[in-house]
Amino acid sequence: MSLVDNSKPLNFSFDGKSFKGFEGDTLASALLRNNVRLVGRSFKYHRPRGIIGAGSEEPNALAEIHQDGVIEPNRRATMIKLFDGLAVKSQNGSPSLNFDILAINDLVSPFLSAGFYYKTFMWPRVFWEKVYEPAIRRAAGLGRLSTNPDPDSYDKGFLHCDTLIIGAGAAGLQAALIAGRAGARVILADEDFQMGGRLLSDPQLIDGICGQGWAEQTIAELHTLPNVRLLPRTTVYGQYDHGIYGALETRTDKIGAPGARQVLWRIYSQNAILAAGAIERPIAFANNDRPGIMLASAMRTYENRFGIDFGDYPVLTNNNSTKRNHAASRIDTRDAQWVSDTRGRKGLNSVSLNSGQNIETDWLGVSGGWNPNLHLTCHKRSRPKWDETKACFVPDINTLPENMQVIGAANGEFSTYEAFASAKSACASLGHKSGKPPKAEDTPLSINAFWHVKGKKRAWVDFQNDVTSKDITLAHQEGFSSVEHVKRYTTLGMATDQGRTSNVVGLAILADARGQSIPETGTTIFRPPYAPVPIGAFAGPHKGQHFKQTRLTPSHKYAAEQGAAFVETGYWKRAQWFARNGEQGWRDSVDREVITTRSSVGICDVSTLGKIDVQGRDAGAFLNKVYVNSFKLLKPGKCRYGLMLREDGIAMDDGTSARFSDTHYVMTTTTANAGLVYRHLEFARQCLFPDMDVHLISTTEQWAQYSVAGPNARKLLQKIVDQEYDISNEAFPYMACGKVTVCGGTRARLFRLSFSGELAYEIAVPTRYGDALIRAILEAGEEFGACMYGTEALGVMRIEKGHAAGNELNGTTTALHLGLGGFVSKKKDCIGKVLSQREGLVAEDGLRLVGFIAVDSKDQITNGAHFINIGDPKDAAHDQGYMSSVAYSPELGHYVGLGFIKGGDKRKGEEVMAVDFVRDNHINVRIVSPHFVDPDGDRLRV
Amino acid sequence: MIINHPLFGPRDAAEFVYLGDASLMNRPDPKAEDAIQQFYEYMYLRDNPAGEHRELWFHEQGDRSWLIVTRNTFTHEITKVELARQS
Repeated sequence: MSLVDNSKPLNFSFDGKSFKGFEGDTLASALLRNNVRLVGRSFKYHRPRGIIGAGSEEPNALAEIHQDGVIEPNRRATMIKLFDGLAVKSQNGSPSLNFDILAINDLVSPFLSAGFYYKTFMWPRVFWEKVYEPAIRRAAGLGRLSTNPDPDSYDKGFLHCDTLIIGAGAAGLQAALIAGRAGARVILADEDFQMGGRLLSDPQLIDGICGQGWAEQTIAELHTLPNVRLLPRTTVYGQYDHGIYGALETRTDKIGAPGARQVLWRIYSQNAILAAGAIERPIAFANNDRPGIMLASAMRTYENRFGIDFGDYPVLTNNNSTKRNHAASRIDTRDAQWVSDTRGRKGLNSVSLNSGQNIETDWLGVSGGWNPNLHLTCHKRSRPKWDETKACFVPDINTLPENMQVIGAANGEFSTYEAFASAKSACASLGHKSGKPPKAEDTPLSINAFWHVKGKKRAWVDFQNDVTSKDITLAHQEGFSSVEHVKRYTTLGMATDQGRTSNVVGLAILADARGQSIPETGTTIFRPPYAPVPIGAFAGPHKGQHFKQTRLTPSHKYAAEQGAAFVETGYWKRAQWFARNGEQGWRDSVDREVITTRSSVGICDVSTLGKIDVQGRDAGAFLNKVYVNSFKLLKPGKCRYGLMLREDGIAMDDGTSARFSDTHYVMTTTTANAGLVYRHLEFARQCLFPDMDVHLISTTEQWAQYSVAGPNARKLLQKIVDQEYDISNEAFPYMACGKVTVCGGTRARLFRLSFSGELAYEIAVPTRYGDALIRAILEAGEEFGACMYGTEALGVMRIEKGHAAGNELNGTTTALHLGLGGFVSKKKDCIGKVLSQREGLVAEDGLRLVGFIAVDSKDQITNGAHFINIGDPKDAAHDQGYMSSVAYSPELGHYVGLGFIKGGDKRKGEEVMAVDFVRDNHINVRIVSPHFVDPDGDRLRV
Repeated sequence: MIINHPLFGPRDAAEFVYLGDASLMNRPDPKAEDAIQQFYEYMYLRDNPAGEHRELWFHEQGDRSWLIVTRNTFTHEITKVELARQS
């Protein structure tokens, strides 16, 4: 009985022509319903091709779904559920499906054999990129992509279950019923939109009712069980470690429909039952690829499930006992009869038999036996074993993945009764007892392997990649005899169908050529995914601005109001500069911010710096271990700059730590390394020094922190910090820290720290007051002409001061290179100290951080430039070091740079050439102190 | 993969950050005569066996515990999970 609903017609178009199908159709069945046999052109030879299968194995009928300028290519017509308005185009026909000029390839096919590209396009070399590759890409290949954005949304989800059952045919449905009735949490997934598997296609009686009826009744009962979740149109594509499976659910094929189009599920299971059935395979005889030649089981599906009429004269050829529908002629290889060739230009007209007889027919069903769908048993490197009597690979029970059982046809148990019986025993092994299996047909499969018909003409093995039996024997003759080599040389099984219909046939032909048995020849390994998974589904909702999280600073809203340009630093968006009316470009804004800060007061949001609370009796001793310099003796109420090394001796991060009490420090890290440093500290605490009494917690997000810098910084803060706190220079000197209240009682932390080189403070309040505080500070600063400054001005001022930052702490430099060798305490051990003393890292003439200015102040120095001694050749052999940071100094009126140069600390005053091949800018520079502004630090202490 | 956290029970491996051989916990004595040689070996010469391996994982998206996971690198079977600070 047909399962399509004739009362619900659906309109669709194929290559611009309108057709009608019905609810319940796939695109493939709807095309057949409209007598469309020619649906595509083959990959290499542009041969006319038709539908071969009825499921995910389909190699030929690939099509593009079109909608409003968006194209989804390479969709299998058998897997598209027909909907009203579906617009589909065929692929690889040029200019059209019916008239394809590249079909000339078919006539020159003797030159296009296996390894053709490797042999032909060798010379001249430049032709590969310019001529051959573009031409080949145009001619070959599958569907096209539109360059328009994908309008659809995709989702991801997580599911947990006791038992995952993959495949909802007779075996899967029965297993779900037994486990579901026993109360187990079951997920039943099937790639078809209609569950039932072969029960929908093969007429039979189960306990006296028809197979379709039994499936319908079983699915209805499963729907009533709250512990069973049914996932139709869900392909389980991969088996991963510890019972985790990947699955792709297709909700709709319509492009631009509301809701998620596809959902990528990660399924956590206690155990799994693979009931994925089996796929019929073709026989390789001459011209076996004409439209109208189809797998016999697929014809049966189209007749019974979809109600397609194949006319009065279909022919069947097979090598086994599987039940068939009516046919005018049956050609059974077991009776020494076989099809040796076919005729028909754009579709089958007639077949010729080995006896010489010709039979006219439009449709030929082929069955070369069955391949169990055991792919998922192999994803963790189990290998299947060859079953000679069934002529197929079956799962090897001894190497099955943990907690996986295989039942029914997937296990080579092809009769319906065997499917039921194996479901019963699989469930029993999980502790779910059940009664007698339903009564069903139980004829064992009888098959005599018959793979290919030898001859001069081409017989297709891999339809999608246009691999013929001759290509396989040629590969063998040319020395590519191992299965893996044949696969790569011929591309057998490497198309989007992953050799579903071709691998075993190809292997049998290779075995024949080698004069060996199939198990001696081997099998290729199956890897995930079982079926193609769109990249969009892997990305899920994580695209565009949702690709990663966005973190906004506490002053973000205010900064946006002030016209800030934002820059991404890690997940953070930080204000880069604040453009004002009349400013011509970013440099105008940055120069103004620097000048305002250095002459009056500027404010910068530094909340993004990592903040780690370090508490415990051994907090000081712990910091001594992770910093090169000493913190144990730091007095409460004081801050100190600290440099941290990796254990290999390379500088990892720097920042300041403030001591609030004997047992409480607050560490700051750079923005970029906040997470990394925290992980490193936890490693030191838990793995290296577990006896220390110290605890850590990240408080980066808990505090809004602003730098207030410039000669008027104190005057401004005196208006913000409550009167009872004395922050005069005497009471609160450089490097002091303390707890205060602001704005009438709001708790805050105050640090007298300076990155800019000016009199400066950092003030922190709980994050929720951050927006209020920034507004209060700027309002209080109005009388001083205070302004916000961004990361660019911050960078200019730190370069002017010679402070190292990320460009200098770049993963290759040590404390010594950074000019901080004197910081490393001689009295104590710290992480990285021992290895920082390695010979190569302490060389006298090693790189040292120094400053650079152009000899001619009109020249613009550039970072990334390499230093060469004047007169030396400009090559790597004469490299003296590199420029790491450059900025225009508004205070000095010219560019200043920081960089590393060999023996730099002893070369001040010397001139070298800064060579920049990227910008083609080679200029003479002078080595100077890196402290360009206020070298003695007087401004810090006023 | 699923890691059976001693305090939290089974957790997806995506919550963790991998570091490597648990021998990284055996930091040499910095005062030893041949400290540089010992630290060099500690830092750079680690085993990478195909088979059972004790390795360090950090529960970064969780309680920030460092764990020692005994895992077969060939089969991914995990036989033991300990808190690093208690081992």
